[in-house]
Amino acid sequence: MNKKPILTILGGVDKDGVPEPIRSVEVSPGEILGIVGPTGSGKSTLIADIEQLAQGDTATGRTILIDGVKPDACTRVDPRKKLVSQLSQNMHFLADMNVEDFLQMHARSRGKAECLSEKVIELANTLTGEPIAPHCPLTVLSGGQSRSLMTADIAVISDSPVVLIDEIENAGIKKQEALELLAGEGKIVIVVTHDPMLALMAARRIVIRNGAMTNIITTSANEQHVCNKIVEVDNWLMSLRETIRRGDIVEDMA
Amino acid sequence: MKLVVLAGTQGSGKTSVLLHVIKVLVRDGNKPAVVKVDCLWTDDDQRFDRLNIPVRVGLARDMCPDHFTIYNTEEMLKWAEAEGADVLLNETAGLCLRCAPYPDKCLAICVIDVTTGPNTPLKVGPLLTTADIVVMTKGDIVSQAEREVFRERVLDVNPDCMVVEANGLTGKGASEIAELIEAGMNVCDNIVLRHTPPLAICSLCTGETRIARKHHMGVLRQMDGFTEYRGE
Ligand SMILES: Nc1nc2c(ncn2[C@@H]2O[C@H](COP(=O)(O)OP(=O)(O)OP(=O)(O)O)[C@@H](O)[C@H]2O)c(=O)[nH]1
Ligand SMILES: [Mg+2]
Ligand SMILES: [Zn+2]
Repeated sequence: MNKKPILTILGGVDKDGVPEPIRSVEVSPGEILGIVGPTGSGKSTLIADIEQLAQGDTATGRTILIDGVKPDACTRVDPRKKLVSQLSQNMHFLADMNVEDFLQMHARSRGKAECLSEKVIELANTLTGEPIAPHCPLTVLSGGQSRSLMTADIAVISDSPVVLIDEIENAGIKKQEALELLAGEGKIVIVVTHDPMLALMAARRIVIRNGAMTNIITTSANEQHVCNKIVEVDNWLMSLRETIRRGDIVEDMA
Repeated sequence: MKLVVLAGTQGSGKTSVLLHVIKVLVRDGNKPAVVKVDCLWTDDDQRFDRLNIPVRVGLARDMCPDHFTIYNTEEMLKWAEAEGADVLLNETAGLCLRCAPYPDKCLAICVIDVTTGPNTPLKVGPLLTTADIVVMTKGDIVSQAEREVFRERVLDVNPDCMVVEANGLTGKGASEIAELIEAGMNVCDNIVLRHTPPLAICSLCTGETRIARKHHMGVLRQMDGFTEYRGE
């Protein structure tokens, strides 16, 4: 794992070119930061700015600093030095390869040992109800399997100190466990979401409107309490889903 | 005058990326001109026209599009000069994967679509292996892991190239490419090709239509790889 940096987002302009109200956001190692706002408001654009470590050279004019300074060109492009891993909205793989070969090649591109592929598959199988086999072609994986595999891949192979997540809730995967797995070991996790549970698991959340960061909300004690309730409901739904999948009868309200 | 040759398979995103690059070049005070070479038809010139820069189209028709590009490079440079340009951007058709239209003193850019899968870099040939910059497009459609695997495959076949992840829709990567163009060298007289085009003249090239093997002459290659010269 790379050293644990502090990430700073310096504000740029909104969709009309007007400077955005929030001028600077500092994110520390171990923090989960939410990004919320209406569809099309520019949440994914903020994620993209962070992913490419924008230096005033993207449409928003934002600048991303690492430990208070501009990252060098190599850090921006070389996967071996990449500070940022990304779990994108794209739920399916297009590569015509099997799971094991793909993971081994990905490990190689990140300068890691190829045998890590086994660990990725093992971990992915703890996040999804549908087991993934090493020789399974990538293209036939379900949405939930793909998401689980991408999540485990980020935790084990990419292992960058900053993790970006775009709309994880749309997949059949154990959300809370996935988020905790990714947030492990002092990583910064930035999650775009409409999902109340994920948004409230974050310590703070940035509100986006018309392409601009307009507000930062700190999760209150009351909101954390609500979050715990949602986690209980979510676990209950997940267990019901497992019961149905097994072909069993649902007994009671538990 | 700087020469940029942009090659890549059909629909890989050459024009989309180039449109963003041109905006940056113009903003920085450069004077780009564009020549689009295609085989039979193109409407790329209409897309470039909207940027109010000199645009010209060349259709290769019966000629190999790469051979056509090479044969007309001198004329394109003269035209760009006369138009008052200081950078000639040449978007090619890039269909013939045996040839590559890159002169030595140009910036050779190969545009490749990541959604075509990680085996594609192995199939593209000199177009990719002799390029200075390899631009990966459509990364928005695949996962980060898939982009990284693709990048590794590109570096396997062209270890010295610079890989740029670009997006034809959002303009990601355009300023990086523009910077590389601005830092590039000027063309001079007596430029030569980087890659020797293959010797490929056979009787089919001169109008033979009968399929039976006995009618064919020239440099011929069999399914098992055996290559011979048959004829006078
Ligand atoms: N999703 C996505 N689509 C893209 C991207 N770049 C280009 N496209 C789309 O791909 C299609 C082909 O793009 P062009 O720029 O016309 O490709 P080209 O290489 O110039 O095509 P030819 O000149 O016909 O060979 C268009 O529909 C573009 O909108 C990208 O980065 N992401
Ligand atoms: Mg084009
Ligand atoms: Zn050719």
